[in-house]
Formats: sequence, structure tokens, C-alpha cells
Amino acid sequence: MKTIRRVASGFLSIIFLATLFAGILAPAPYAKQFRESPNASPSRSHLLGTDELGRDLFSRLLYGSRVSFLLAPAAALLATIMAASVGGAAGYIGGWIERIVMTCTDLAMSLPWLFLLLTVRAILPLNVPPLGSLLITFMLLGLLGWAASARVVCAGARSLRSSDFVLQAMACGSTPFRVLLRHVLPNLRPILFAQFLTSVPVFILTEANLGVLGLGVSEPLPSWGSLLRGIENWSTVQANPWRLAPLVLLLLAVSSFQLILPREGVVE
Amino acid sequence: MRRINFAFLAAAVLLGASLPARSQSGGELRFVLRSEPKTFNPVLVDDESSETIRYLTGGVLIRLNRKTQALEPELAVSWKVSEGGKKITFRLRDGLSFSDGTPFNAEDVAFTMRTLMDPNLHSPTGDSFRSSEGAIHVDVLGARDVSIEFPASVAALERLFDQVAIVSSHSPKKEAAVLGPFTVADYKSGSYVLLKRNPYYWKKDAQGRSLPYLDSIRLDIQQNRDLELLRFRRGEIQLINSLDASYFESLAKEVPAAVRDSGPSLDSEQMWFNQVPAAPGPDYKKKWFGSANFRLAISEAVSREDLCRVVFSGHARPAVGPVSPANAFWFNTSLQPHPHNPQGALRRLQQDGFRLDGRVLRDAGGHPVEFSLITNSGNKSREQMAAMIQQDLEQIGIRLNVVTLDFPSLIERISRTFDYELCLLGLVNVDLDPNAQMSVWLTSSSNHQWNPEQKAPATPWEAEIDRLMKSQASTTDQNQRKVYFDQVQKVVWEQQPFIYLVNKNALSAVSPSLKNAVPVVIRPQTYWNAEDLYLAPERPGGH
Amino acid sequence: MWTRVLIRRICTLLVTALLGGILGATLVRFAPGFGVDERELDTRLREDSVQALRRSHSNERNLLKFYGAYLGGVLHGDLGVSHSFARPIAGLFAERLPVTLRTVALGLAGGWLFGILLALPAATIWWWGYDLSACTLSGIFLCLPSAVVAILFLYLGGPVGLAVCVVVFPRVFQYTRNLFLHTFALPHVLTARAKGLTGTRIFLWHIVPVAAPQLLALTGLSVSIALGAAIPIEVICDSPGIGQLAWQAALSRDLPLLVNVTLFVTLVTLIANSASDLTSTALVKRES
Repeated sequence: MKTIRRVASGFLSIIFLATLFAGILAPAPYAKQFRESPNASPSRSHLLGTDELGRDLFSRLLYGSRVSFLLAPAAALLATIMAASVGGAAGYIGGWIERIVMTCTDLAMSLPWLFLLLTVRAILPLNVPPLGSLLITFMLLGLLGWAASARVVCAGARSLRSSDFVLQAMACGSTPFRVLLRHVLPNLRPILFAQFLTSVPVFILTEANLGVLGLGVSEPLPSWGSLLRGIENWSTVQANPWRLAPLVLLLLAVSSFQLILPREGVVE
Repeated sequence: MRRINFAFLAAAVLLGASLPARSQSGGELRFVLRSEPKTFNPVLVDDESSETIRYLTGGVLIRLNRKTQALEPELAVSWKVSEGGKKITFRLRDGLSFSDGTPFNAEDVAFTMRTLMDPNLHSPTGDSFRSSEGAIHVDVLGARDVSIEFPASVAALERLFDQVAIVSSHSPKKEAAVLGPFTVADYKSGSYVLLKRNPYYWKKDAQGRSLPYLDSIRLDIQQNRDLELLRFRRGEIQLINSLDASYFESLAKEVPAAVRDSGPSLDSEQMWFNQVPAAPGPDYKKKWFGSANFRLAISEAVSREDLCRVVFSGHARPAVGPVSPANAFWFNTSLQPHPHNPQGALRRLQQDGFRLDGRVLRDAGGHPVEFSLITNSGNKSREQMAAMIQQDLEQIGIRLNVVTLDFPSLIERISRTFDYELCLLGLVNVDLDPNAQMSVWLTSSSNHQWNPEQKAPATPWEAEIDRLMKSQASTTDQNQRKVYFDQVQKVVWEQQPFIYLVNKNALSAVSPSLKNAVPVVIRPQTYWNAEDLYLAPERPGGH
Repeated sequence: MWTRVLIRRICTLLVTALLGGILGATLVRFAPGFGVDERELDTRLREDSVQALRRSHSNERNLLKFYGAYLGGVLHGDLGVSHSFARPIAGLFAERLPVTLRTVALGLAGGWLFGILLALPAATIWWWGYDLSACTLSGIFLCLPSAVVAILFLYLGGPVGLAVCVVVFPRVFQYTRNLFLHTFALPHVLTARAKGLTGTRIFLWHIVPVAAPQLLALTGLSVSIALGAAIPIEVICDSPGIGQLAWQAALSRDLPLLVNVTLFVTLVTLIANSASDLTSTALVKRES
């Protein structure tokens, strides 16, 4: 198991380094269109072939990793921190504060936030750089993605409220904030890890789906999400199976995240 | 005995040879509607799915033959246009009935026209007839004769009746009683519309058999084009009326006999700069967009051939202007698409004081030339075109930011807030006649996209277009109209308010089991002759 | 006492749902593209028709007035008329609700069953190989776009509900696996194991009660996840449910329909979460 964890860490490091040195590793600029060879098969000059506009897919995957590999986990972390703060505090305090917070959480889960995203896009100037627009999209996803798991965190915090170690900490004079931070939240790690792990691919895919509405990454900047949209055309994938490379990479990255996180109770 | 057997055999062969190749009766044709139909009332139709149902169920006085592009008598055996295009008199067929048995007569035509021309209806079909203010005057001259008089002459008047499905004035079923080949038998919201053959349909084939041949048509409501293609491959549907180029190529490899490329369609893809004086944005950009030289330079910088080859896999042609070459009569053959010439584009720009500073183009004031292009999201070919245009403009030092927006957001920008710089959209032409584009060319119109609702024409060339369009609308002499409209096309070609990019080909898929299908470019491309279609027995396993 | 709790919950539910409706309406009202109609671009329309189209949404511009009229209509069973479908919304809901309920029910049942069945051995077998395989399997489905999942099921001829199940189960698996593993490592469970209790007894008497509050909260949450997943899957699979309605309403800024859909989603979310909260409270009270 330790070997597998080392392999996973190594893989994530390779992706991280590849994103940093994409400019050197990429055989061609990600936006350059080789118009004489659209939908080309993998070859020496195009390791993963080309897309419909003749752009090198390997280059686009490398540059797309910069966007998705860095922004999606950051957004997932933001959502997790917010879920931990809101849910943990509400569950620990209890009473009417918990009820109000959970009601607000339920509302947050039900509202059509899509329109907020559309409004934000409308407010942004049209000439905002693609990366800027993407940063704002992921930040909004992080700010809006906390509600679901806040409920579960709250339930967990509520059940720990009257546990022995919490009572002992309070009896020792710890402030509520310290008790929450040092005693309650660490015991909610399983939920928070699950929240983080599920959020990463969900945010990447959400960014891709938002592209249908004009949000998310704009041309020519690639992201894993925009590359994954290409596999929705099943007939294209059947003809060009190497188009599944972004999916495989996403899967490996998510699995690697899973493997490097501490695994409680598992005999290694 | 052998002689008798031989005689029987010979008689059977001769009889078989005189009959059609196989049974032409029966069968259920299936294809897809891409959205929920909003209405079954033919007078209120304003969306594509409702229009499909209207076409298949409605009876019209005059039908435009989609193949020959000629007008043919339908419910009317003859008609006469008089008073310079202000009046039309019809002589109707005798002995026809609606689908519920109610007799058809001139009162029904009068009722339909009065309903259609109600100013509160705001129907696109009704508005097509409205060349000026004022009410129409309908005279029922007899059971079979009716005349309709308009307040002003209407260009190509008889052609417009192809869109007018006659409704009954006295049937208890109201608009459900129809004169077309099929009637609406069942409808499940979100699922399907089932049309059954109209037992009272008046048309017969050359052998005297009642049409339509098909028993029914089932229209499944389906937005997903991948699914549509999958179902076609499986043989669950027999038609794809409008096929994307990428799907065409994929299907052509598997079932080459099923795909049809009917040549350039009537539609075009174009982009235009925002020339609204009050639009938000810096004045120096408005100056760029207002310059014909600038627009021509952009037009020359874009490689239309590459767009046709890469985005549409060769199933498109570089566009010249508002009329597609498929519109043989109205197309101005003296005009050619602007060639791809980046160096020529740069020279034009230099005439306006632009200069290339390294890899960045700057105007006379030193501002880098950068602007945004908006188009609707979810349309893959437009997104690809935008990416290619971005690359083309980069060659001449222009930075183009591509922004895809959902359709309502885009419409708000181009028609309300005017907060955009360059827009890429398409024009769907349902009519051959340029009069249908009147609202695009008149400067006072809200659909005059680059600078709508002008109090007075902002430029001499727009004033010229106004004059020419009004002139062509006020005469019934087709040749004279052609002269006027040719001139409009020339002005547009010179000034490039719309930078026309491509005319997509009309691509469709027709199952080999569906007979008598002749895909054309005018909508509806594949089922325009629905009454003649029939299904041959299928081989097992679809195609 | 329970009656009082229930009545208080129902009142809170109704007030929150109404608040959700007005907030949702506000989001739509101030979103770009509200009040525009793509029919305005029809070149056949005359100027007065275009202006009439633009005016047709004027009664929705004043949000409070619109919402007041809407609530008045709801009291008489009138949910308004949809612009995009040109039909009464009550009729649309009556036709489409059963489809979505079936889809969501199948998705939830399948998601929980598969998630629990996969998570339980991960906590009891304690072999890293199984854990790795299970996590990889759930990771695969987590990474698949809904569109691909939906198309795969269509290719295979499976029901739409199973596509929702594929979206729900990885989340259920992740949470329950982590919960079970954490709970298995608690001191009282280790003591129980040391004392020779059977696995089933340990699970039922020592694991489930500890994990129950969070599992119940997850139940409520999974209803929202399933409903959220049903929307894109119904759109892609062209299943005539509420999800397809919601998508169409969002694209055309159909305010009456969107308010109804928001209210429906809010009510379902609130009911599911309230039920899980009440059950959790009852369990805690019974133990104490």
C-alpha cells in the first residue's frame, strides 16, 4: 500500500510538473490549428492526434491540466472549508442557530444558481481574459458547492457535541472555537475528505457543462472539462478512441488524490 | 396444362410489371421533432416544430414545389393577381372536405384570412402579408370563388399562400379539422405527436389511388442529435431532416446510401460589427467598426475555404451575400466571395492608418486592435468557426476574444443593450423571395442588426438600400425586382455590414427503406412530398 | 410533543419554500436575457409584432406583483401558464412529475444499494486491494460526464433511472465508506471485536448507531443529488420529466415555470432533509 501511495504521489507530482513546464513539453502551441490534418490519428508529431480544428491534443491536454488540475482542487478545497465552517459551527452550537443555518443550507441547495453564474458573466466585460473568466467561474463553484455536505458535517458535529472528549475539553476551559477546530472537525475528517474527493471531478465536469451556457473556459484556452465535452459525441469517440485521454487522466488524478489521503482503519 | 401455367405466369409477370415495384400503401414513418410544438393551430404557428405539423396536416391554396421551386395549384385550381399585386382571386376545387367530413368552400378561406390578418394575432405568417397598415377586404364571390384585397400591393403575393393552412369556419372540431394529408391523432407532451392519414384527403396518384400512401407519421420529440443519429442507425427512425456535417461524415462511412447532400442551402452564417452610435464602448472602436475598409479587411482576413473544409467537412460553400446560390433566380451571379488575402487586408487597414507593431496591429491612435466576438453557446460549428476566425485575425495582428453566450443573453446584447462588438450568427431563410428579409435591410427596423431602429438612415449606402428594398416591394414585375435586389446585394458586398462567411449544404439522411424521398434545399427538405412517401419492408436489424 | 414539532416543521417548510420561490424568481428576473424572446429575430415579423412580443413579459417585471398574483393563483390550483410550452403549468407538472419521481426513486434506490454494498466490504474486509478496486470503480463513475453516462445507457437500452443511480452511488459510496472506516476504528468497536462479538452484531449495534446521524443526513442530501442529476440526464435522454421542463425553462427564462420548478425542488429538498432530521432526532432521543 505504501508503494501504491508513493506511485500516486509521484503521478500527481508528474502532472504538477508537466503543468508547470507545459510551455517546454508541448510540441506545439495549444491554439495552433494544423488545418490540413483535422481529426488526425496519433503520430510522432501529434502524440494524441488532433482535434476537429487540427490542434494538437497532447499540447491541449498539458495546458488544460494547468487550468483544471490547479483550479478544480482549489475550488474543492474552498467548498470543503466552507462546508466545515458552516456545518461544523451550526452542528456544534445547535439550537435555533443550527435550525436557521440548515434552513439556509436547504435553500442554497434548491435555488437555481445557474442564473447567478449567468449574471456574473454578464457583468464581466466581454474582453476579460479567458483565464480571468475561468478563475471567477471556479471560485463561484467553490462558493456555491458547500451546501450539500454542510448538512452531513452538521449532523456529525451535532452527534459529537455531547461526546466525552468534547465535554472534557470544555471543562478544561477551551474556547468553543478551539473545541470546534481541535476536537470536533478532526473527527469529521472522513466526511470532509469525501467532500473534497467528490468535488474535484464534479467541478471539472460542471465547468464543462457550464460551457453549454457560455460560462467556463473560452477559446482557445483548453481545460479538461472542455476536452471532456468532446467525448459526448459518441460516434467521434468510436472513430478516435484516443479522445478518451482526458477522461483517463482525470480518473488517474482523482484516484491518486484518493490514495494519498490518509485511510483510516485500513490495514496496509 | 403447361401452356395454361405459362399463361398464368406471363399474366402475373405483366400484371406485376404494370404495378409499382412493391406495395405503396401502409407503414408508419418516424422521425424527430427537435422541440415541443407550441400549438396545433395553423394560424398561430411561429416555431419550427409547429410548422412541421402544419405542413403535414394543413391544406394550402397554392403550394411551392420544393423541387422545381415553381408554384402549383393545390386547394385552388387557379388564381389571378390584379391591381398591381393588391388583389388576388381564387377559384377553389370542388367537392373537397375537411378531415371530419365538413365540406370545404370559399367561406373557410375567408375565415382563415380574416383570422390570420387580425392585427392582435402578431403571427409571422400574417405579418408576411402586411406590407402596410390597414385591413384586408375578403369577398366570398361564390361557393368556389373568393377574392382578397390588401391595402397596398404585396410583392410575390401568391407565393405567401404556401404558408397559409386553411381552417374550417364551421367545423365543430375547429382547427383540428384539416385539409392536408395527415391529421393529429395523438399527442403526448415531451414524447411524441402521432399523425394519421386523412381519410378525406383529396389527392390521388397517377393510378387513381388515394394519397397519402403512409398510414401514419410518428414525430418523436427529441433534442439530442447523438440520440437521433443512434436511432437512425438502429432503424428506429427513417429520416433526419437536417444533419450536421460531422454526423453526415460518420453516417456516410456506415450507410452511404442513406446520406444526401442536396447542395448549398438557403441559410448562411455571418458576422457583423456593432455600429450603434450609442453602444457602450470606446469611440475609437466605433470608428473602426464604422469603416467599410475595416470591415472589408476583416472579411479578407478570414479564410472561408478553410471554414468550409474544416468545420463543415467540405459540405459548405463560401458565401457571397444575403442570397445563397441555391436561390437561383435571386442570386447575383456577378458577385464572388471575398478572397482570403491577409496581405490585402493589411494594405486596406494601412489605408485607414493602422500599422503592424511587431505582431500587434495598432490604429492611428496607438490602440492595439482587440475586440470580442459573441456567438451562441451550444452550437458546435459556430464555436469552431469563431476559433478559426480568431486564428485568422491573429495573422494580421488582431486579438479576438471569443465569448459564447446562451441565446437569451446574446439576444439581449444585440437587440436591447447593444453591449457587444462583433456577433456571429446564422440566418435561416425559409422563403426564396427577398421580401422576407425586408426587416433586415430597412434602417427603421429592429432587425436591422448592426444599427437597428434608425430615425433616418445613418449612411448614404443604407439610405440606398432602403430605397431599393422599398422599390422592389412595390412592383410585381419580377425582372425589375431582380434588378433592384441585385443592386442591394452589390451594395452589401461593397460595404460588408454583414460579413457573410458560408452557405451550409442541406444535409439529410433518408433510410433506404423510405421510397420516393427526394431531399431538396428548401424546407422541409426531406418530407416536402409526404403524401408520396412510402415504406418498403425493412431488412432485419435496421440499416 | 411530536405533533408540535411536526406542525412547526411544516410551517417552517412552507415559509422556506415560499422564500425559495421568491429568491429563485429574483435570480431569474435579474439574469441576463430575461424578457427577451428569440421570436423577435424572425425577419417575417413586422415592427408592431416585435414590440408586442417585447411587451408580453411586462407583467413579470415587477417581481412582487408577479409573485403575489402567482400565490393567489396557487390557492386556486392555478400554477400559471408556461411561455415556452404555451400550456398551463399544472397540466405540465401532472404529466411529467410521475416520470421524474420514477427516475429519482430508481436512481436513489440503486445508488444506495450499490453504494452500501460496495462500501460495507471496504470497511469489513480491510484488504487494501478491495478498497483500491472499489474506490477506482466509484472514481470512474464520478469522472464520467452525465452526458456520457446517459448516452451509454441509451446505447445499452437501460432505464433512465439507472443513469441517475450511476451518478448517486459514487457519492454515497465515498461518504459511507469513509464513515464506516472511521467508525470501525473507534475504541468501543475495537473493544467489541476484542471481546469476540460477531461482525454482524458489531455492525448493527455499534457501527450503525454511531454513523446513523450522518447517514440519515446523507439520505436527505442524496435526494437533492438525485434530483440534480435527473435534470441533465432527462435532457440528454429526452425523458419527458420535470428535469427537461426545468432546462427548457432556464434556456428561455420562462419565469412562471421556473418559479414552480424552484418551489418543487425546494419542497422536495426540505421534506427530505426534514424527514432525515426528525428521524435522527428520534433515534437520539430513543438512545438517551
